[in-house]
Amino acid sequence: MNWTAIWVTFKLASLTSAALLAIGLPIAYWLTFSRWRWKFLVESIVALPLVLPPTVLGFYILVAIGPHSPVGRFYAEVVGQPLPFSFQGLLFASILYSLPFAVQPFATAFEQVDRKLIEASWTLGLSKLKTFFKLIVPLSTAGLVTGTVLSFAHTLGEFGVVLMVGGNIEGVTRTVSIDIYDEVQALNYAAAGQTALLLLVVSYGVLLAVYAMNRKVWAAWPQK
Amino acid sequence: MAAEMIVNMTKTFPGRPPIRADFRFPVEAATVLILFGPSGSGKTTILRSLAGLEWPEQGSIRYLSRTWLDTAANMRIAPQDRHIGYMAQDYALFPTYTVAGNIAYGLGDLPAGDRNKRVDELLELFQLRGLETAKPRELSGGQQQRVALARAVAPRPLLLLLDEPLSALDAPTRLQLRGELRSLLKQLALPSVIVTHDWAEALTLGDIMAVVSGGAVLQVGTPQDVFSRPADAEVARVVGVETVVRGMLADLREGLATVQVGDVSLTAVAAEAIGPEVFVCIRAEDITLEPVGSGETSARNHLRGVVRSITSLGALAKVTVDCGFPLAALVTRSALGELNLGIGAPVKAACKAGSVHLIPRR
Repeated sequence: MNWTAIWVTFKLASLTSAALLAIGLPIAYWLTFSRWRWKFLVESIVALPLVLPPTVLGFYILVAIGPHSPVGRFYAEVVGQPLPFSFQGLLFASILYSLPFAVQPFATAFEQVDRKLIEASWTLGLSKLKTFFKLIVPLSTAGLVTGTVLSFAHTLGEFGVVLMVGGNIEGVTRTVSIDIYDEVQALNYAAAGQTALLLLVVSYGVLLAVYAMNRKVWAAWPQK
Repeated sequence: MAAEMIVNMTKTFPGRPPIRADFRFPVEAATVLILFGPSGSGKTTILRSLAGLEWPEQGSIRYLSRTWLDTAANMRIAPQDRHIGYMAQDYALFPTYTVAGNIAYGLGDLPAGDRNKRVDELLELFQLRGLETAKPRELSGGQQQRVALARAVAPRPLLLLLDEPLSALDAPTRLQLRGELRSLLKQLALPSVIVTHDWAEALTLGDIMAVVSGGAVLQVGTPQDVFSRPADAEVARVVGVETVVRGMLADLREGLATVQVGDVSLTAVAAEAIGPEVFVCIRAEDITLEPVGSGETSARNHLRGVVRSITSLGALAKVTVDCGFPLAALVTRSALGELNLGIGAPVKAACKAGSVHLIPRR
């Protein structure tokens, strides 16, 4: 088994879900509570990675962060290294690609928080930010875990975007799914099968955990 | 500036008639204002506007020396900065916090020692000892109500806003807590605004009462005044109780109370023990008018009097009879003719003991 690819993949997936927890919370909060009439425009953009072929998304990200775009040039000047075909570039693409998998469960959880509880918190003098952390987050734990785990699992299995933006650099951007593809191309079916099984077992385990938690079959999970 | 609350606001929800409120009332340490009206009348919207949870599109709200809303000056004070206590109809207790956690929730700015002391005081005052670590879902309705109230008053607000504080309770608990709530509010010496559609609650709890119907404030006055002297037919219809007089309990045995109103003695059904001072409330449609000298009926109260005024209300007429106190009766126009009723005519008014409602006055 290619342990380097496995390490790269898990590092990518962990950093992606961590970043999405930080970026996804404010986006989900805004999508849930904003009364802006054109909100659906943003909602559609967030959901876009669900339907767009990864190659299309990857292509545009590649163009956007490449040396011909202002963003790409600025990054290359500051960091001293271009974004495309680097781990950082791949991370950036993964975050965009998994955005709906984090934001949508977050937003659903926030929507289910009774507005009256939020109003009670406001009248007790707590700012919107404090209300968010003291009331909304504790009431949304299941949705927050679901979104984080789903974005993790989704990043584990990404292929098209990795190929477009990350390329196939051993130890840097070569992930498990690319490795499996390469092994199959080289007719190493045994090695491909081992890695594929690992990915299958991990993904299934992660989804099992999420679905079990949402059905509250885990007594260990605090009841709300 | 005089200690007053001045409200002048218009709030429109899409597809519905606008809700307008224009009233002012003097505020003292423990003044309780009742916003009284049927459901859908707009009273809750007015309360929520006072809390800063609804933004009227036009108008101003002033409380004591503070301006909470002034749309002309583009001024809107957020609920966080109004220093109010607000209790929603279903209490909105925080399910992830314990009883003590709920009460301490709004005390985050206090040092831990002061916070614990304040929580302790409130647990004592609201009889919640022993329930500190319970979660809201483990509590009875009455306990939940007390926790919600304790949480609302914990940060020492300037004004307490209660939306139907008793409506989520079952009838016996409601009766019991009605009296408790009144003495608590007086004990806290905290001006309050209470929304209710229950006239008994309005009489028990209120010092001043604003009648809200069809999205407008129709009358502001003491509850007794509003009930016995409604400003117009709409107010009379909304409040539904036309005769409210003060009385003294003279006797109470086997569920029947004898009440003295001036020189007149009335019999009423009293389910619970009540204090000596009461409001005697009688709905006009529960009064029957009979010619003087007619025989006895099953009604326990027969009062001789003289017709003082007759107001036509379409097919019905409201007759006010002076029988030691003004008593309003609702009769058909044909009955008016058959009984030969005119101003100054002698008449006998009858009503059953069950139609005489006694509300304790504290």
